[in-house]
Amino acid sequence: MNAATSGAPRTAAMLEVAQLNKTYAGAGRTVEAIRDVTFTVDAGELVCIVGPSGAGKTTLLKCIAGLLPPSGGTVVLDGEPVTGPPPAMAVVFQEYGRSLFPWMTVRQNVELPLKQKRLPVARRNALASEALAAVDLVGADAAYPWQLSGGMQQRVAIARAVAYEPHVLLMDEPFAAVDAQTRADLEDLIRRLWHRLKVTVLFVTHDIEEAVYLGERVLVLSHAPTVIMEDVAIDLPDERSQLETRSLPRFGELRKHVYAQIQLAKQGWRPPGEHKS
Amino acid sequence: MSGGQILRQASLAFGLPVALLAAWWVASAGSANFFFPPLQTIAQTFVEVWVSPRIIDDVVPSLMRLVAGYFGAVALGLVIGIPIGLSRVLRNVLEPVLEFLRAIPPPALVPILILFAGIGDTMKTLVIVSGCIWPVLLNTVEGVRGRDEVLEDVVRSYRIGALARLIHFVLPSASPQIFTGLRQALSIGIILMVISEMFAASNGLGFAIIQFERSFAVPEMWTGIILLGLIGILLAQIFRLVERRMLAWYHGLRQSQRAGG
Repeated sequence: MNAATSGAPRTAAMLEVAQLNKTYAGAGRTVEAIRDVTFTVDAGELVCIVGPSGAGKTTLLKCIAGLLPPSGGTVVLDGEPVTGPPPAMAVVFQEYGRSLFPWMTVRQNVELPLKQKRLPVARRNALASEALAAVDLVGADAAYPWQLSGGMQQRVAIARAVAYEPHVLLMDEPFAAVDAQTRADLEDLIRRLWHRLKVTVLFVTHDIEEAVYLGERVLVLSHAPTVIMEDVAIDLPDERSQLETRSLPRFGELRKHVYAQIQLAKQGWRPPGEHKS
Repeated sequence: MSGGQILRQASLAFGLPVALLAAWWVASAGSANFFFPPLQTIAQTFVEVWVSPRIIDDVVPSLMRLVAGYFGAVALGLVIGIPIGLSRVLRNVLEPVLEFLRAIPPPALVPILILFAGIGDTMKTLVIVSGCIWPVLLNTVEGVRGRDEVLEDVVRSYRIGALARLIHFVLPSASPQIFTGLRQALSIGIILMVISEMFAASNGLGFAIIQFERSFAVPEMWTGIILLGLIGILLAQIFRLVERRMLAWYHGLRQSQRAGG
């Protein structure tokens, strides 16, 4: 199950990350957060990135999102090099309480990016309504984010991203701050949306089970300075349910495998052949 | 709200003022002191003095200058403060100069302003501007600087344009702090309105009070001071109504945060 990259020719790559490096230059010292990250995500794939805390997950995601300039390497989205936030990408951030505009209603939050796209009013309304319905938030249009529970707030952020009609949806530990039951519901929501919209999803998490449950592939990151330790293909049935999937023997095997990798990463494992820095 | 609650709230709000007025009334009832006339006399004089053309001749010009100076300062404070709050370079360059200018008490500027702007309404309005601008400016800088970095990433990742960023993100996120500055500026504005009319003036509330004092019209002088207090209360109430409307989201957010954590 090592590396899904061999064999059959791939369909069009939606996202190509090549030799990505990020080094922060501070006063008197430099910190290498990401050493060398290379991977490809095909159109319509759902790929999870999992790594120990301190693996530079957020840095990696911000570089891919065009929010942070990499020190080296390239990110190519849909054939276009990423130099700033690309129009075909939407990001859902971890801190739902800080990623929605508290002075806007739910609907205004969802519609603001659409206004910026200069969509006609009717189209904008339709997209916002569809997106809110898709995340089961019908009737919450006029509420303010702070009137909603954490899980509902994150669904608003997801609706905003979905309404934007991105080719790639980036999610940065979106469920890290919600309770376990809400988290399970939101995971299933992501699977449903992904099936329905055929959107490419890159989902960053520190939760091993979440990565295995959600993904078609799981990229395991090393400790910083980050490299990819393994690209694990998740050969679980496409129809996933919290109860059935999580009790499959295969789920347990995959979980155990990724867990072992993360343990290695925590212990400071480095890829063979890498010169010490 | 039930009738009982309204009564309770009203007695809480008005209880102390009524008690103080009653105490003043009783204590000053037989006063023969020339400088502290009985409140009864002051009350009678109040009606004679202010329910008259004086309200047009003195109160209206004062308020016009206050409004012009206040809103002028607000506009300037926002226009200068927003770019400073957005740019670290501008902050580093301008901060020492701003600290110096802020430290100058506005009344000290009156002689200079008279040189440049004469002794008319322009000078008095400029005195108000010169004092009101600082709380607005400095709070705008702080408010804009303190905007949330996660929201900033949201704005960037959805490619929100510069104008929409200003209107939908920068200004609203700075607005609670800006309103703090606006509130401070209002009380400074009222003080400077009166002070500016004590120099080289021919009308206005400050001018009237000084005139009464110099002609030993003591009850009249007291009525001017009371009127100033009443105007202050009225303006503060109007301010509160506007603030509650504009910052409804902020108070709601704060309340939900308190309830949640």
